[in-house]
Amino acid sequence: MPVLSAYFAALHRDLLLVMRRKTEVLTALFFFVIVTTLLPLGIGPEPDLLRKIAPGAMWIAALLATLLGLQRLFAADYADGTLEQMVLSPEPLSILVAGKITAHWLVCGLPLVLLAPVIGLQFDLPADAIGVLMLTLLIGTPLLSLLGAIGAALTLGARGSALLVSLLVLPLYIPTLIFGAGAVESYIAGLGAMGHFSLLGALLILAAAFAPWATTAALRISLE
Amino acid sequence: MRPLRYDITYMETPALVARDLSCIRGKQTLFQNIDLQLDAGQWLYLQGENGAGKTSLLRILAGLTLPADGEVLWQGTPISEQRSQHYQDLLYIGHHAGLKEDLTLTENLQAQCRMDGLRVSEADIRDALTRMGLAKRQHLPARVLSAGQKRRGLLARALLRPAKLWILDEPFNALDVNAIADVQNLLKAHLAQGGMLVLTSHQTPDLGTDARGFVLNLSGSR
Repeated sequence: MPVLSAYFAALHRDLLLVMRRKTEVLTALFFFVIVTTLLPLGIGPEPDLLRKIAPGAMWIAALLATLLGLQRLFAADYADGTLEQMVLSPEPLSILVAGKITAHWLVCGLPLVLLAPVIGLQFDLPADAIGVLMLTLLIGTPLLSLLGAIGAALTLGARGSALLVSLLVLPLYIPTLIFGAGAVESYIAGLGAMGHFSLLGALLILAAAFAPWATTAALRISLE
Repeated sequence: MRPLRYDITYMETPALVARDLSCIRGKQTLFQNIDLQLDAGQWLYLQGENGAGKTSLLRILAGLTLPADGEVLWQGTPISEQRSQHYQDLLYIGHHAGLKEDLTLTENLQAQCRMDGLRVSEADIRDALTRMGLAKRQHLPARVLSAGQKRRGLLARALLRPAKLWILDEPFNALDVNAIADVQNLLKAHLAQGGMLVLTSHQTPDLGTDARGFVLNLSGSR
């Protein structure tokens, strides 16, 4: 299918670019690891307190780490004119945008999910709670990439866009943060996390349907 | 051989029509009431001093910018209503480098063509780059190439993509004498096949006498 091949072309291109310039990705991951390592060191060795703040702390670190990669999602392509060529493609722009968002998640979101067990140990989280945390991150991080893409597209070409993206996107991340961290907390409290998971899943489906489309509209305006 | 078939509507209506175009940037009106039409095998050369609106007009014709007034029709239909079809037939090369610095020329062209929904083999890309005199540079990252080589690499897209309408913003920028002659031959061949061409350039292009062309000077329209 030509539409799928355009999607994979955009995905492949962005992953190839990441492989050529690894530092940018590693910065975001390193940031996540450092922030979540500093917290237990700063707060002190009280397992009960650490277990209590673990989900929230890790989710906030994940939000900020995702944000680091967002500014460059479209800005680099905008600067060298390749974004203009994407807009002029006969294939739907939203498909190419979806490919780019997927690449962003694979590079900035998925590694956080995989790092979570290691970080979780620092907070003395029990193994099953770590499992729940990983699952919330697995559903939640694509959501962060999708919502963030809208903000990145809207602030394209604006002065001080790095700051603007944060101001625009962080409030949109609030529901994800609440349900993501809340799922782990209520699981630890023995209340079960199914309700949180359902809501996170619903948010993801909604964002997957609308975010590429909204991002596309924002890109067209930014490029005018 | 494939039988030749002509679409009747295509023959009757001029392929590219612009009606009553005007462009406003900030408080300044760059141009207004521009009408133009272009048929198969014809070219349009935009002249004008810096800031006269040449690039703005090209972007309007490509559908990248909306005109303040007026409309652009491609084969009888406004381009905003048939974006995909218009882009299928369009090759637009702006003044940007348009290449990812970290990728090689081959990878750049491959990614570009695949995102355009085209299937091109590595051999096709090698041939196109060879014709643009870049055979030995095809596996170098774009960042080490000179401005002229990047420009030629970008123009290699023209060989890979069957497009009826070429819109080129300063295609001869940074090119040496030989490369300019090569590109002019490429443009002549495109016109001879019934293609259309809109371009800006600081040097008057020599597009031969076979193809019919127009010159539009934007400086006077203000």
